[in-house]
Amino acid sequence: MAPKRLGLIVNPVAGLGGRVGLKGSDGPEIQRRALALGAVPRAGERAAAALKPLRPLAGAFDLLAAPGAMGESIARQAGFAPRVLPATGPAAGGVTGPEDTRAAARAMQQAGADLVLFAGGDGTARDVCDAVGTGLTVLGVPAGVKIHSAAYAVSPAAAGRLAAAYLEGDRALRREAEVIDLDEDAYRRGRIATVLHGYLMVPYRRGAVQNQKVPTPAGEEAQARAVAAEVVDRLVPGRAYLLGPGTTTRAVAARLGLPKTLVGVDVVTGGELLAADVAERDVLALLDRRPLGLILSPIGGQGFLLGRGNQQITPEVIRRVERAHLLVACPSAKLAALRGHPLLVDTGDQQVDALLAGYLEVITGYRDTAMYRVAAGGEGDENLEAS
Amino acid sequence: MKPIGPKPRPRRFHQASWDEPVIFELSRPGQRGVLLPPVEAEIEREVGHPARELPGTLRRTTPPALPELSQNQVLRHYARLSQETLGVDLNPDIGQGTCTMKYSPKVNEQLARNPRLTELHPLQDEATVQGILEVMHRLEAMLGEISGMDRVTLQPGAGSAAIYANVCMIRACQAARGQGERDEVITTIFSHPSNAAAARVAGYRVITLYPDADGYPDLEALKAAVSPRTAGLLITNPEDTGIFNPRIAEFVRVVHEAGGLCSYDQANANGILGITRAREAGFDLCHFNLHKTFSTPHGCGGPGAGACGVTAELAPFLPVPTVECDDGRYRLDYERPQSIGKVRPFYGVTPNLLRAYAWIMSLGAAGLRRVAEIAVLNNNYLLHQVLQIRGVSAPYAAGKRRIEQVRYSWEQLARDTGVRSEDLEIRVADYGMHYWTSHHPFVVPEPMTLEPTESYSRADLDDYAAVLRQISDEAYSRPEVVTTAPHRSTVHRTRQESFDDPDQWAVTWRAYLRKTGQDRG
Repeated sequence: MAPKRLGLIVNPVAGLGGRVGLKGSDGPEIQRRALALGAVPRAGERAAAALKPLRPLAGAFDLLAAPGAMGESIARQAGFAPRVLPATGPAAGGVTGPEDTRAAARAMQQAGADLVLFAGGDGTARDVCDAVGTGLTVLGVPAGVKIHSAAYAVSPAAAGRLAAAYLEGDRALRREAEVIDLDEDAYRRGRIATVLHGYLMVPYRRGAVQNQKVPTPAGEEAQARAVAAEVVDRLVPGRAYLLGPGTTTRAVAARLGLPKTLVGVDVVTGGELLAADVAERDVLALLDRRPLGLILSPIGGQGFLLGRGNQQITPEVIRRVERAHLLVACPSAKLAALRGHPLLVDTGDQQVDALLAGYLEVITGYRDTAMYRVAAGGEGDENLEAS
Repeated sequence: MKPIGPKPRPRRFHQASWDEPVIFELSRPGQRGVLLPPVEAEIEREVGHPARELPGTLRRTTPPALPELSQNQVLRHYARLSQETLGVDLNPDIGQGTCTMKYSPKVNEQLARNPRLTELHPLQDEATVQGILEVMHRLEAMLGEISGMDRVTLQPGAGSAAIYANVCMIRACQAARGQGERDEVITTIFSHPSNAAAARVAGYRVITLYPDADGYPDLEALKAAVSPRTAGLLITNPEDTGIFNPRIAEFVRVVHEAGGLCSYDQANANGILGITRAREAGFDLCHFNLHKTFSTPHGCGGPGAGACGVTAELAPFLPVPTVECDDGRYRLDYERPQSIGKVRPFYGVTPNLLRAYAWIMSLGAAGLRRVAEIAVLNNNYLLHQVLQIRGVSAPYAAGKRRIEQVRYSWEQLARDTGVRSEDLEIRVADYGMHYWTSHHPFVVPEPMTLEPTESYSRADLDDYAAVLRQISDEAYSRPEVVTTAPHRSTVHRTRQESFDDPDQWAVTWRAYLRKTGQDRG
């Protein structure tokens, strides 16, 4: 059997903004300001820490590295002799940007990497996602300021151990992990707005990836299918429903035999896709014609039900959906992962948030629900920073 | 001559490791343990050929695919496996929290193996089994006194079977009341998961309550959950966290006001024997696991047994048969028109009923209360010892004492060192001890659940705490020692994620052969 191939991509500027209080590192201007404020690049260090648990396996796999500070130099310092992929991004040795990450990810895919470790933050995950989607198995080494994406291991060492297990495993398991990013401009102005950007394919071991207590892929899919079966049982014939983003709501669409816009909001009836990837004005126009129900699933590890990744569902829309036709779906393992924190709503309209606050029956499986607390969103923000 | 010095803690341990094959792999065609002589012609003339005398429906057309081995191979195989286990007769078995792994006195074992019990046949005439019927009748009365309930059945074969019987009685009672539309059962996430499971199997929708910020079941969530659809509340108290729900009577009141019935899971009643009762908290039903609180062996190490207690209103729905006593004569009553029917063949698990009866008789009422007091004292002593170990905490109810067990968290250790609770689980076996995490999903992160029961001495508890302290030190100084365990035990590091993928496990040899493509039959 040919040796497995492990790729390494480092975003050298990831994490620059964090320690100097800039809440992120996106864009050359912020990076310049960070360096001027005395920021020291740490991504290389974090990547090296991830490589450490892989040292005992050196020789048993081929290490592919992006050139220079994007991987090669860190791999050499860590005692590996990597095969260096040619630089194809615009920087080619200069200051790197998103296009360099994207180019490196594509190069790794072409070189047949079995697994690629990428060190960075949410922005880096977004770039990798743009380049290869779920077509390449990857794993994030947390090095950035913002780590909300589930594609990251809980620590660099955990990433290394998980990579080692994946390379050694004969039947390695994988799962789709959410790529979430904050709108950094809004965040610096004190308002949190996240976007569910897409999904990456990551190796899976119980507990080693962020958003930990979700079960294994087989278990997760089975749970999502069970949740979807219950949601579909509860749909009122003839009524149209807004179907929010996420893998749980995708399972609902699958149960209905319909396609789903993974990061967008669709409108469905029991058997028909009425509209895909709608914006607020489409929804309001629909509401003028017929009553709508709403099917939501919390996004990300923080339990946001509204206001993160589904801003199309605006306060005005929510006001016009009857509470009885609001279905919230969340597999029990994901609910347990909230660690007792309430589900959060942050629509930008306090009245609407107050309307939704209280207790809500959350569909957690087939004929299985939880009576769970919902709170207005602002109070969850410190939780988001802590994760 | 120098006196023998004290043994240092933790003590040295090394388990036998035989790398023993599965028994089917030891099989060779023609190997035999016992060679039976052919039936002599004279005997066959008199009584016929035994195999041919069997009814055709009981005869196999092809012989079973049993492994073929000599007697000493079989003996050696199982003797080796027995050296690769841990258990209550070998080590302080306090690491299997929620399971109440107490020591079962050997005298009760002798009673249960007495031929006067083992030679009984369940189809014997009642007149010839008065003794065991009397034991059952008296044990029912004792459990009635312990729970405060009006009637008790000993029919269920295990704890989950007892919960299932309770759910069936709730349904039968509500059907009789004309409330058949009630189809929702409420439980809590820290209740024993068999409550939700049994209700699901019985066809109910299940609403689960999560803890409030202090770790208690959320009363406001309960108020939001009850409705005209509520059939009942199935709840454990103290919960798996070892925290007693002080508002339990309020929970019962809220459900009763909504028209539901309340069933108290007392599978593990070890911390409350003689202290609180289901009756005083207002419950309509309750159940015990005799193999937890009442010292009989557990299901995996012997047959389990469950008991259900109910109020007079629920008594007509008890499973059949009930044991009745008329003028000193005991009989089994099957003629109960409102009964939910049979839940198990014949009488229930009689050897365990006798063990539990003997255990209660040896202690008396004061002794039972003492059991609970010592179990709680042991648990709080261990809690105090464990909380001094680096990296571990006891989430919820900070500063408060616990009842009979604690669900701890190694989250800090995992953050600091990358060593996880599931690594500790394996490393603990290297010190000759057992360890358990938690039911799924893990609501408490990096969980560990310890329940010392009343069986163990202070020295035993110190031994266990010393092992945890040692492993915490290892995690902080040389984490790879823990993450690469086992080193001195036979517990394997399994890929737990494969448990969720049916292609990756097999529970029988035949399924293994099929799933690996070796099945040629």
